[in-house]
Amino acid sequence: MSEYIRHDQQGLSVGRVEKRTFTFAQPPASMELACGAAIGSVTIAYETCGRLNEDRTNAILILHALSGDAHVAGTYSDLDDKPGWWDFMVGPGKGIDTDRYFVICSNILGSCMGSTGPASIDPATGKAYGLSFPVVTIGDMVAAQKQLMDHLGVHRLHAVIGGSVGGMQALEWSVRYPDMVESAVLLATTTRHSALAIAFNEVARQSIMADPNWNGGDYYDGKKPDLGLAVARMIGHITYLSDESMRLKFGRRLQDKADFSFNFDADFQVESYLRYQGRKFVDRFDANAFLYITKAADYFDLERHYGDGSAMAAFAGARARFLVLSFTSDWLYPTYQSRAMVKAMKKNGLDVSFCEIEAQWGHDAFLLPSDRLSGIMKGFLNGDNGS
Amino acid sequence: MTTAVNGIRYDLRLVASWIPQGARVLGLGCGDGTLLHYLKTRKNAVCTGIDIDEDCVARCIEKGLTVLQGDINEEVRDYPDEAFDFVILAQTLQQIYDPAPLIREMLRIGRQSVVSFPNFSHWRVRLMLALTGHAPVTPQLPYQWHDTPNIRVITLSDFRRYARQVGFKILKEVGIDTDRQDRSGRIVRYWPDLFATYGLFIIAQEAS
Repeated sequence: MSEYIRHDQQGLSVGRVEKRTFTFAQPPASMELACGAAIGSVTIAYETCGRLNEDRTNAILILHALSGDAHVAGTYSDLDDKPGWWDFMVGPGKGIDTDRYFVICSNILGSCMGSTGPASIDPATGKAYGLSFPVVTIGDMVAAQKQLMDHLGVHRLHAVIGGSVGGMQALEWSVRYPDMVESAVLLATTTRHSALAIAFNEVARQSIMADPNWNGGDYYDGKKPDLGLAVARMIGHITYLSDESMRLKFGRRLQDKADFSFNFDADFQVESYLRYQGRKFVDRFDANAFLYITKAADYFDLERHYGDGSAMAAFAGARARFLVLSFTSDWLYPTYQSRAMVKAMKKNGLDVSFCEIEAQWGHDAFLLPSDRLSGIMKGFLNGDNGS
Repeated sequence: MTTAVNGIRYDLRLVASWIPQGARVLGLGCGDGTLLHYLKTRKNAVCTGIDIDEDCVARCIEKGLTVLQGDINEEVRDYPDEAFDFVILAQTLQQIYDPAPLIREMLRIGRQSVVSFPNFSHWRVRLMLALTGHAPVTPQLPYQWHDTPNIRVITLSDFRRYARQVGFKILKEVGIDTDRQDRSGRIVRYWPDLFATYGLFIIAQEAS
């Protein structure tokens, strides 16, 4: 997702932010996971902007997507050339207005971006967990974020907001802690992966596990499975774009050459783009974390977990106001999946707004600056004071 | 749905005057949400809107309204019985391909429904057809036959007959005569079939 990050064109920014961590479940305590295993201690990385008001009613929790991190907006230092991943949306006067709201962005359990995950040191062995790290679920990630909220003294969330895998966390929040969540914004997400989405994730995982350097997940002392992870990322990028966006962005144009090379170098721009994205990704992401997070996304099934297979039953306990947004060219989580959750919410008498935004950029559209998206977000969050 | 520059359209103001404080309202084909926003702010109504157009839906949500993008014929089916006090179909009936199923759903999910449409038996419409032989074009029906979204032509008396056929009750019927921009108007007391530019009806299920 980081390819889109750029500074706000109007120069509005939350300014300097700080990466923080919170550690809980320190031995002898531990955190029970959905799979039955327990781990401790658990660290969650997070970032905050804005101020919590005296009544503690203005907190908004932002949940990031698969490969994202807690750095949602602003910069870490003057030398920082890239702001957080949703800088166009989060800031003073923006869609999520930091003059009004206390914004928290939490990293996820299982990630490699400062939180406990397979690359962390297992206190029992003094070595990186690798595959001995238990398989975590979206529910586990949210349970860990709940600990963080308790630590921050936040007991009501004005909104939980997330796109893609972040939207799954927002959905989980809305049914797991219904009394805490006043509203939820779900962007380009689903209550459960389709076979298509699982299939892409599986090919990506296989690519990592087929890399000899992966070594059964035990590679932290040697060479990393960079090639496997790069190919996994390339697959991901195909699913984040769309036929239309690829046609517009690359077409059949060649990369820095007038004719075919008649070998297996990157001839086409699209090849060159994917290789570049793959190479860039291995510098910042851990292959095992990729396996764990994609698995958690594949396992996520709100209907099965909360509704015995019924979407309507799954939302029976929810209390939040919902805003569901889908994008026309998103083929990873297509609009029909958003409509299905909207239908279930309606049947439960929940307050839900839904808009399918015309966008050619596929699944990634929610990460791209858009006045429409910011306007809708602002109106929904501010409610009565919108106009 | 056009919006008057100064305040809201006369027919919508009249509809709003019938909605009690705090009512649960569903607006079908709610456009940019002018009426729903008025009801929400002036009547503390709990409003939901449905419209098929992305621009309209986005503008509604920006106003802080609860609105769904979708086809009203489909979307009404998901609501439980009597989920709303009022379901409003303002000047949209003439664009509905198959009105009976929609009206039945409206009567199921709302305790009462408001239906309004341009009156095709207005004297100007009758005269135009009679004298010129052309399909009528009026301020209320400003389209040519080939570019009109209005695929149904309805008169006040047609709607009364339709109520008997479909089997619903008309609780209130008002004919209004509006200016060319529909900004101001008056209730037509005599011969509304001839002098009303619009008909507004409150309907409900026949008592079973």
